[in-house]
Amino acid sequence: MNTITIPDEMELVYSKPETITDTPLHYCPGCTHGVIHRVLMEVVNEMGIAEQTVGVAPVGCSVFAYNYMNIDMQEAAHGRASAVATGIRRVLPEKYVFSYQGDGDLAAIGTAETIHSVNRGENILIVFVNNGIYGMTGGQMAPTTLLGMVTSTTPFGREQSAMGYPIKMTDLVAQLPGAYYVTRQAAYTAATVRKLKKAIEKAFQFQTRKKGTCFIEVVSNCPSGWKMTPIEANDWLEKNMLPMYPLGDLKVPKE
Amino acid sequence: MIRGTVHIETEICKGCELCIAACPQDSLALSSNINRKGYRYVELVQDNCTGCVNCALVCPDSAITVFRQSKSAVRKIVSASV
Ligand SMILES: Cc1ncc(C[n+]2csc(CCOP(=O)(O)OP(=O)(O)O)c2C)c(N)n1
Ligand code: SF4
Ligand code: SF4
Repeated sequence: MNTITIPDEMELVYSKPETITDTPLHYCPGCTHGVIHRVLMEVVNEMGIAEQTVGVAPVGCSVFAYNYMNIDMQEAAHGRASAVATGIRRVLPEKYVFSYQGDGDLAAIGTAETIHSVNRGENILIVFVNNGIYGMTGGQMAPTTLLGMVTSTTPFGREQSAMGYPIKMTDLVAQLPGAYYVTRQAAYTAATVRKLKKAIEKAFQFQTRKKGTCFIEVVSNCPSGWKMTPIEANDWLEKNMLPMYPLGDLKVPKE
Repeated sequence: MIRGTVHIETEICKGCELCIAACPQDSLALSSNINRKGYRYVELVQDNCTGCVNCALVCPDSAITVFRQSKSAVRKIVSASV
């Protein structure tokens, strides 16, 4: 921990939580993965559940999430994070268990695991980071890629006749009886980050009720894969991703 | 006006500029210097920060710590001005 002296007559109002390690993130400049990691860990820190929480990291850019989140973490094979989280939560039912997964991970290779974990109503939180692209492997089209969106495998834009439609995983899982709390959030402005934090807080609180799966989609950016500066990427996200993936709750528990 | 300030971990900063866009006070800008990784880092360029925390919330690398004038200091100033 670097020590920072508090300036005279000032008080500390915001600093990185203890649950985020000092390891510098390997993510590209401006990538929302870092923001989502921190918000998750802020909630864990503020709820005082760092010792009782187990995270499951995916394959994708966030494969090294376990280096950054200062809690017990488990790495899963590509797409299988919700299945691994299922096992952990069933063996250790008093732990708070979450999986952290990209859209290539959760909505392509892991579609079956995702749908069945939620349909079984596993008492886990699934954090779904949707940047509409395979970031780690070089910006290929994902199932979530928007129509017309240029990626390294759709150089002329995604075309419906050949590549189908973008899949709305969050809308799909919200239909399942095992889903307890389903919401779509973002992390590209201070206001969206604040809302995301509230959603994550709720999801962790709901886990103790053992009533089913909490699912939080975070509409995210990938400046490198989208070939934009971070500021351009966030503008593009707002204008293009949000109309397709509108923010808000899709399923909230009746109290 | 409430006064605040930020501490920016310049060796961690990747110069993504998201904090600059998030700051309602235009307090932040890219430095003309670079850090050891080769990034132009962000620095506080105006003494008008209010400690609103916006910059820290959007920083992906958790490089920003925010401070705000403490209540007792605010009280001191208020009582001095009456
Ligand atoms: C079984 C298997 N198939 C394919 C890959 C290659 N692979 C690594 S990451 C990835 C996609 C990652 O995309 P996403 O989940 O959207 O995460 P992002 O990198 O965008 O955060 C793929 C296909 C792999 N590692 N393992
Ligand atoms: S490739 Fe995209 S998702 Fe991966 S770290 Fe870079 S910006 Fe983030
Ligand atoms: S705390 Fe608010 S006012 Fe101060 S630099 Fe950050 S965004 Fe600007």
